[in-house]
Amino acid sequence: MKRLLSGNEAVAWGAWESGVRIAAAYPGTPSTEILETLAPMPDVYAEWTPNEKVALDVAVGAAYAGKRAMAVMKHVGLNVAADSFFYVSMTGTEAALVIVCADDPFMHSSQNEQDNRHYAKFARVPCLEPADSQEARDFVGVALDISEQFDTPVLLRLTTRISHSYGVVELKGTRPPQPTEKPTYHVDTAKYVMVPGNARRRHPVVEERVARLAEFAETFAHNRVELRDSSLGIVCNGVAYQYAREVFPNASILKLGMTYPIPTKLIRDFASQVERLIVIEELDPFIEEEIRQLGIPVEGKSIFPICGELDQRIVRERAIEAGLLPSSAHVPVVNTNKGPLPPRPPILCPGCPHRGVFHVTNKLKLVVNGDIGCYTLAFLPPLGALHTCGCMGASIGVAHGVAKAGVAQRNVAVIGDSTFFHTGMPALLNVAYNQGNTITIILDNRTTAMTGHQENPGTGRTLQGAETPAADFEALAHAMGIQRVHTVDSYNLKEVETALRDCLAANEPAVVVARRECALLPEVKKGWIPLRVDEERCNGCGLCFRVGCPALVKSDVLDAKTGKPKARIDPLLCTGCEICAQVCARQAILFRAQLSEAEGE
Amino acid sequence: MTKIDFLLAGVGGQGTILASDLLSSVGLSVGHDVKKSEVHGMAQRGGSVTSHVRWADKVYSPLIGRGEADFFLAFEKLEAVRHIEMLHPNGVVLVNDYAISPLSVSSGDDEYPDDERIKTVLAAATPNYYWVPGMRLAEELGNARVNNVVMLGSLSHFLSGVPLEAWLQAIPERVPPRFIELNRRAFLLGREAAGKL
Repeated sequence: MKRLLSGNEAVAWGAWESGVRIAAAYPGTPSTEILETLAPMPDVYAEWTPNEKVALDVAVGAAYAGKRAMAVMKHVGLNVAADSFFYVSMTGTEAALVIVCADDPFMHSSQNEQDNRHYAKFARVPCLEPADSQEARDFVGVALDISEQFDTPVLLRLTTRISHSYGVVELKGTRPPQPTEKPTYHVDTAKYVMVPGNARRRHPVVEERVARLAEFAETFAHNRVELRDSSLGIVCNGVAYQYAREVFPNASILKLGMTYPIPTKLIRDFASQVERLIVIEELDPFIEEEIRQLGIPVEGKSIFPICGELDQRIVRERAIEAGLLPSSAHVPVVNTNKGPLPPRPPILCPGCPHRGVFHVTNKLKLVVNGDIGCYTLAFLPPLGALHTCGCMGASIGVAHGVAKAGVAQRNVAVIGDSTFFHTGMPALLNVAYNQGNTITIILDNRTTAMTGHQENPGTGRTLQGAETPAADFEALAHAMGIQRVHTVDSYNLKEVETALRDCLAANEPAVVVARRECALLPEVKKGWIPLRVDEERCNGCGLCFRVGCPALVKSDVLDAKTGKPKARIDPLLCTGCEICAQVCARQAILFRAQLSEAEGE
Repeated sequence: MTKIDFLLAGVGGQGTILASDLLSSVGLSVGHDVKKSEVHGMAQRGGSVTSHVRWADKVYSPLIGRGEADFFLAFEKLEAVRHIEMLHPNGVVLVNDYAISPLSVSSGDDEYPDDERIKTVLAAATPNYYWVPGMRLAEELGNARVNNVVMLGSLSHFLSGVPLEAWLQAIPERVPPRFIELNRRAFLLGREAAGKL
């Protein structure tokens, strides 16, 4: 059967059809939809784990136990899981293990654009790179077979453009039957206990495995030579293959479905058949450097950029500059003398509970060490309330380090519920253990919002939506040795302020759990009631606009005295969170209760 | 060789993705190879959203290059101007006569370009630009949310090679049952309106 699938959906189908039984992941754009697609499929177990390292360990355990397993993460997730990635390369597994990681060239929603093919080489793990949704589906099965044939984990590297592009995929719609007997655990301490003595014996095995994989790569069906005109030969991988075909329809192409290890003889043969050899690859010159090490003249990053995504326009224009195409190949562009336009960046949604907390940290002039989540967007004007963001879980450790450096003012660490479970917990433990005085605000919006509302250990639901015990933030903080723990409603500005002032007055570690459901959760949406501005009372002072809510807009009506436009609330956007109503000094924004009174009259 | 590239642009929550899903289904049903690629920003709502849909005998790149879009369907006026350079010099752009103020505009730090400036930019780019009252027509149907499908109906007017049935059959594939009739009417309203532009 044929279906139009995204690369992520295709990976899920590929996993299901090729007999993956266990899959684990931490959500992260652009990889999230893989597990969401796989989880409802029959006869497969999938779970969200608190972080990527746990996900990989779970998948490793399943593969040790003889079941085909898959761990899924975004590119920076592999940094978190790197320790496990390296040991499982050393041990191998009993059944197949594939690690799917989605890189994010151009950083559509990431803090860097690291090229994870380096991890493959670093850990001696083969790397497969699909070029479209069909290959995304097919390569999962190929990866699993390679994993079992060579006793190695396999890295399946996607990029945003593969994960989030849709193409026609031919599916089987069936999968191999599950063996009926329970798996028995095979004990093999020499292979699976990586103490130095055993590890020293395993390292040569791993090196020898890479050599065999390199030999395998020579005849691997997905390392494909397409001989056409011999004047130009292009080596390419992943989505870059599509751009190469589009811009150079007559060029000869060596498409590498496996980019580590590379097939050296195949590359030498291909290079000998073309006059000029180039590599088109996104991000780092990974293939290019491998080829150059063979002593073969090759060009790549001298023509095409390292930074950002490619597309056919960039490939075409750089190729023209490099003399690979005539200047007549330029695609004419329409006349656009449009001048500067107002930007439309992603913003905290109307009704976002984080907004109130940041309004208060601004009021108290606090420097905020932030973390990864929707709340990172509070760095933007008009809030401008978040001052660092590096990676998952960094906020608390950074704020603690700032305090230990002797900075007079108290920085505040701000971290979301899911991010706290991910890597925030050890950092909070560190604050308590080392007698810091960092104030940690846990923004508990009862979901993993940024990636589209995934469950986490704090929500009381599993990936499948089944009820499960919800972790207790307050009890966790107490158990770590933190006495001063407040719980507040993020929508209640007074409550947030009182708690923060109490923490600031005491020289000890403190936690404020700011709790309020994400306004976009389906249950919460049912309770939206748009507020209204009392035009008589509003004098256009603009205080409410500083809250930075998209539902608050300038009306066409000017205040007679101030001459400034009055505030208006867009009823299609407003959720009725009442943060602006608490901020208004003239009580011109009606609270929910006042609305119903007004209606009653 | 047939090749039709569609760029769709709007603001998060406007239904850009549904419209591009419908367009993809139609392309497949009339026998093309189809690829679709989405760029949605970090927040769930409020940011710029673009979607690339490509129909051809064989589609390679999932993206449209700058200057290659044969049709540009803009669900919001500012987004039409923002992405106009994606249009082929002979391309057709359909603009929903609807503005959503970015935060910097509602807070008074920026100004939203007026209609005259928008029309000047579009007219300089292509002789084929159409100002479609998509939002007004959707509101006449009693549901502003279907302005995306109204716009898709208008687009269909320019694709004379695609039978009406292909469009109408795509709707039930992508729309929940209770909204099929509404979307069907929205589509036909947009298609009819385009004939009078």
